[in-house]
Amino acid sequence: MLEDLFSATVLIGILASGIRLATPYLYAAIGETFGQRSGVLNLGVEGIMLMGAFSGFYTVFRTENLWLGLISAIIVGGLMGLATAYVSVTLQAEQGISGIGVFLFGLGMSDLLFQKLINNVVTIRGFPDLPIPILSKIPVLGEIFFNHNFLVYGAYLLAVLAWFIFNKTTIGLSIMAVGENPAAADTLGVSVTAVRYFTVTLGGVLSGVAGASLSIALLNVFQQNLTNGIGFIAVALVYFGGWRPLWVLAGSLLFSMVNSLQIWVQVIGLPIRSDVAVMLPYILTIVVLVLTAGRVRAPSALTKPYERSG
Amino acid sequence: MKKIFVLLSLLLAVAILTACGGTGAGGSGQEGPFRVAVVMPSAINDLAFSQSMYDALVKIQKEMGEENFEIAYSDNLFVVDDAASAIRDYASQGFDLIIAHGSQYGASLQEIAPDFPETSFAWGTAGDTMGLPNVFAYEALSQEGGYVNGVMAAALSQSNTIGVVGPIEVGDAKLYVDGFKAGAKATKPDIQVNVNYIGSFSDVALASEAAQTHAEAGADALTGTAQMVVGAIGVAEERGIPWFGTQANQTTLAPSVVVACQVYDWTVLLDQIIDLVKKGTYGGNAYAVTLENGGLLIEYNDGYNLPADVKALAEEAIKGIKDGSITVNVGQ
Repeated sequence: MLEDLFSATVLIGILASGIRLATPYLYAAIGETFGQRSGVLNLGVEGIMLMGAFSGFYTVFRTENLWLGLISAIIVGGLMGLATAYVSVTLQAEQGISGIGVFLFGLGMSDLLFQKLINNVVTIRGFPDLPIPILSKIPVLGEIFFNHNFLVYGAYLLAVLAWFIFNKTTIGLSIMAVGENPAAADTLGVSVTAVRYFTVTLGGVLSGVAGASLSIALLNVFQQNLTNGIGFIAVALVYFGGWRPLWVLAGSLLFSMVNSLQIWVQVIGLPIRSDVAVMLPYILTIVVLVLTAGRVRAPSALTKPYERSG
Repeated sequence: MKKIFVLLSLLLAVAILTACGGTGAGGSGQEGPFRVAVVMPSAINDLAFSQSMYDALVKIQKEMGEENFEIAYSDNLFVVDDAASAIRDYASQGFDLIIAHGSQYGASLQEIAPDFPETSFAWGTAGDTMGLPNVFAYEALSQEGGYVNGVMAAALSQSNTIGVVGPIEVGDAKLYVDGFKAGAKATKPDIQVNVNYIGSFSDVALASEAAQTHAEAGADALTGTAQMVVGAIGVAEERGIPWFGTQANQTTLAPSVVVACQVYDWTVLLDQIIDLVKKGTYGGNAYAVTLENGGLLIEYNDGYNLPADVKALAEEAIKGIKDGSITVNVGQ
C-alpha cells in the first residue's frame, strides 16, 4: 500500500492539488504581510474574505459576469480594509481585539446578506481552468503547474511581485521603515499614516480576492462561513514565513501539500485513522514554527499605533 | 476612552448582527397554536441535516395551518454553549416542544430538561432519551439509504472505484458511509470504495479537494454526507461524475450528475411526538426514520438517465430492506 503513495498519479495529484489549495491562503497571507510589515496586525482577514467571497459570488450570480464579480470582491475587500485602517491607525484601537470585531462583522454580515439575498445554496459557473499554451503540454509538470484557473496563477505571481516590491522598490523600503521605526521614517518625510492606510487597504483588497478565489473560481458556491478559518491560518503563515513573501509562499505551499497528502493517504486507504490524518498539516505547522522560532524578528512596531511625539 | 467607545460600538454591532437568527415569540397559554422551537447546528437552507428538519416543520405547518402551528428557530448554532442558552430561552418562553437538532446538544439537554418538567424536548440524532421523562429521542437509519445508493453506485461504476467524502467519522455520517460501502460491496464484491473523512462539517474547500482527489484516483461515482459536500458536488458536476446525495434532495445543485438522494422526512415521527405532547405525554420514547416507515425516501433525479436495470436493483434493495430480507449490519 505504501508504494501506492509514490506512484506518478498520486504524486502529481498531491502537487497539483496542493497548488490549488494554497491559492486563498496566498492572497490573504501576502496581503497581511503588507499590513504587518508596516506595523499593523489585521486579525480580521477571515471576515474580509467572507465578505469578498459573498460579494463576488452574488455579483456573478446576478450578472453572470466573472470580472464584475472579481471587481466587486476587490471593492468590498478594499472598503473593509479601509475601515480596518481607520480603526487601527486613526482611532488607534487595540489591533488584536478590533480584528476579532472585523472578523465577527464579516461572518455575521456575509451570512445575513446570503440569507436575505439568495437564501439557498446554489452554484454558479466560475473561472474555468486556463491551460497555458505549450507549457501545459509538458508531461507531468504541465499538469501540476500550468492547468489551473486564472486566480491560481495570479496568487503565485502576486507572491513574486510582493518580493519585488519589498526588495527592489522605494515603496517597499518605506513600508518596512514605517514598520521598524515609524518615528525615524516620519522625520525622513514618510507619512506613517498614509503608508499604513495603503498597506491595510491593500491587505483588504487581497483578502477580498482570497475569498472570491473560493466562491467564484475554486468552489463556485457560497455557504455560511465558507472560508472556515483560512483567514486565520493565513495570519499564522505570515509569522511562519518571517514576514518575507517568498517564505510565506513556501509556508502556504507546505501547509497545502501536507493537506493534500493527508487526503491521498485516506483515499489510498493507508491504515491511518482519519482524525489523525487531518491533524497532519496543523502538527507540521506547529513543529516548523517551534523549530524556526527566533529565526526572524517581527517588525519592531508591529501592533503599536504611532503617535507623533512633541 | 475613545478606544473603548470604538470597541463597544463594534461589539454592539456584532451582537445585533448575530442576534438576527431566529424569530422569537412571546405569550403562551393552553389555547392557541402548538408552538415548536428548533435549535440547529447549521443553516436552515444547508441542503442537508438542518434543512431536513426545517422543511419537515414547514410541511406540518402547511397541513395544520399557520394559526394552529407556530415555528421558531435558531440556526447556525454550531457552538454548543450558544445552542444551550437558546434551548433554555425557548423553554422559558413556554414553547410546547423544543427540538434540539444535533447529537452534540445531548449534554446540554440533560441539564436543561429537568428544569422544565412541563415542556417537551426532542433530541436527535440519538438512540435514547437519557432516562429523562420529558425527552423524546429520534434518529435516522441513514445506513439504509446509504446501502441503496451504494448498490446503484457500484452498478454504474465502470472503473470499479467509488469515492466517498465524509465529515467526521461519527454518528449519522458514519452510518451512511458504512451502509453505502455495504451496498456497494454486496453488488460488486471486488469494488474499491475509497473513503475520505475531511475532519470538518463546514470545510467546503477541503471537501472539494477530496472529491478532486477521488476523481484523480479513478472514481467514477461519488457520494458524501453533511453540509460541506456542496464543494464536492461542484467537482462532480464539473467533471461529469454521477453523485449520490443524502439528508436532502441535492438535485438543484447539479442537475446533470445527481442520480438519487436519500431524503429524510422527519414528519413521520414528528406527527407522533406532537400528538403525544398534545395528550400530555412529554417524552420517554425513541423513534427512527426508516425506509419501512416512509421517513427515509430515495428520490431519483428525473433529469438523470439512470439505466432501468440499475434502478431495478435499487428498488429491489429498498424492498429487501423494508421486508427484512436484507439487513444492513452497520452501526448497531
